[in-house]
Amino acid sequence: MSLVQRTLAALAALVAGLVLVVPFGATEGGTLPITEFPLVAGFALLAVLSLVRFRWALRIEADLILAALGAAGLLATLPTLEQAGPGFWLTLVASWLFAWVFAERLAGAITRKGISSRVGVLIPIVFGITILVAWEAVTRGGQVPKVLLPSPSGIFSSFIENIPKLIADFQQTFLKSVLIGYALGCGFGFIVAVAIDRSPFLKRGLLPLGNFVSALPLIGIAPIMVMWFGFDWPSKAAVVVIMTFFPMLVNTVAGLNVAGRMERDLMQTYAAGYWPSLIKLRLPAAAPFIFNALKINSTLALIGAIVAEFFGTPIVGMGFRISSEIGKLNVEMVWAEIAVAALAGSAFYWVVAIVERAVTFWHPSVRGGRA
Amino acid sequence: MISAQRQSNIGPILAVVAALIVLWYLGAVGMNWGIQSDSYQRAGTTGVSFSQQLSDVLSQEKPILPAPHQVLAEFWKNTVQQAVTSKKSLVYHGWITLSATLLGFAIGTLFGIGLAVFIVHNAAMDRSLMPWIIASQTVPILAIAPMVIVVLNAVGISGLVPKALISTYLSFFPVVVGMVTGFRSPEALQLDLMRTYNASRVQVFFKVRWPTALPFLFTSMKVGVAASLVGAIVGELPAGGGSGIGARLLAGSYYGQTIQIWAALMAAALLAGALIASVGFAERVTNRLLGVRA
Repeated sequence: MSLVQRTLAALAALVAGLVLVVPFGATEGGTLPITEFPLVAGFALLAVLSLVRFRWALRIEADLILAALGAAGLLATLPTLEQAGPGFWLTLVASWLFAWVFAERLAGAITRKGISSRVGVLIPIVFGITILVAWEAVTRGGQVPKVLLPSPSGIFSSFIENIPKLIADFQQTFLKSVLIGYALGCGFGFIVAVAIDRSPFLKRGLLPLGNFVSALPLIGIAPIMVMWFGFDWPSKAAVVVIMTFFPMLVNTVAGLNVAGRMERDLMQTYAAGYWPSLIKLRLPAAAPFIFNALKINSTLALIGAIVAEFFGTPIVGMGFRISSEIGKLNVEMVWAEIAVAALAGSAFYWVVAIVERAVTFWHPSVRGGRA
Repeated sequence: MISAQRQSNIGPILAVVAALIVLWYLGAVGMNWGIQSDSYQRAGTTGVSFSQQLSDVLSQEKPILPAPHQVLAEFWKNTVQQAVTSKKSLVYHGWITLSATLLGFAIGTLFGIGLAVFIVHNAAMDRSLMPWIIASQTVPILAIAPMVIVVLNAVGISGLVPKALISTYLSFFPVVVGMVTGFRSPEALQLDLMRTYNASRVQVFFKVRWPTALPFLFTSMKVGVAASLVGAIVGELPAGGGSGIGARLLAGSYYGQTIQIWAALMAAALLAGALIASVGFAERVTNRLLGVRA
């Protein structure tokens, strides 16, 4: 084990040892000793025992098990605990440290090729779970006001309670505004790009402008679109169309120029006209660029639709829900809606990425096995 | 060669811009013509000549689509002809937005560089954080803007800081991703050379990794500064009646003041252009100081 790992491991055991001696928490009746919580006590004892690692090596899994034990013990105390004491926080720190030791050791083992790198996917998962556990422990143990930061369990129960509303919002914002606007915006961008590709003059004029416009805060046209197309989804779709148009235009034009001199000459020796060489050579060559735009746009479209709803909507939609629930300080519901937006956004992105891998299977970045 | 190409682009750009302005005028006339006819009918005016109606259409107070000269006039009125401290001045609102953008952008960039340094030097952090950072780029982060503003307001923090926080958040991710790539871009040959010199990690960082990462830094700063501005503008929406370009947009949409919205949009576009241009300028100056060949 490296110096960092040894320091972390020693620190983790030390902190866990402290858990055994300080008061764990309190109720109205008085302080709660650690003996009230066998799971935490067991974790602390095992953690101290883990010091034997400095004599006999422990397997990497041991650190993961210790971290999980500490986290489980911590979460189990939450219902009975009224006031978290030093022991509670030290347990959190110790459990976090063990997770850290695990990540360090696993990452080190993968770097030294001791373990297949497929196992590496465990590290971000463990990190994500650690964050969730710490979030839950801090918000509930520390009695953080719900308005400031609700606990993950609160958000989850709010999510379950409001599923019909969330589905309605998802349909309104995602299935109508985002998908329709995305299809139209990307479609127009693509068609215009192919059209201006034949004119070098237009290309030279439009490309710098398109690049510039892509960097502008286009989201600001949302109030104008709401005035033009009304409160319902068409105005949001219009915002999405405008936001997705320029990245698609710029990327497609750039992509159509990728096919090299040699390939074009080859097409010419086949006596291929404009259309065959466009469809058989230049569009496939442009595919990585087009998919890049499709990926950028998948996020932009969702942002555009949600923010446009802040400017006026019917009483349904993700942006509407976020701004109206925050007005009632119903923060758990807002977080549930954000979770839906995050899931929808990532799912949308990954669908585009999967299609990309299937379509551009010949591209070096895909053949190399990396997305 | 390069400068010749650059010059020849100006002609096409101007032509396209001119075409857009013509289209804009046509659109403005087309979209507002009917309203003008209606208002003549209500006023009982008849026999209006075509040229009279055309000039009336182009000087409506709340047109559906204001003509370019109306937007320019409003912009001129609210920038040059207003005192900078006036609540009507776009310079005042622009400054409010700009200060939040710059504060957030500066914090986000520094924080992003710092995190990238850790990620490059620690395999555990790399494997823990990078998948989440990349995944978070696919999440519509901007959606949390109103919540951040309202929640921070509820605990007594208002004004510049909450908006800057959103800007920080938005500019942070492009910088982390760009700088991690940048710090990793030195070739194995260069790093091996540093090893033969027995260079420490700090020396390798400042003499090899940092200079190689600079182009990536400027590219991601351009993305980040644009995102920061969007963050600051959206952050001004829930404030309602406050100041800043976002508040101007919202007020304009409440009262149907289309010309005001377009003027605010123009201010936002100018801000974005100026911000990106200044990052580009910093890039060129740095390149010249470092002796990079263009």
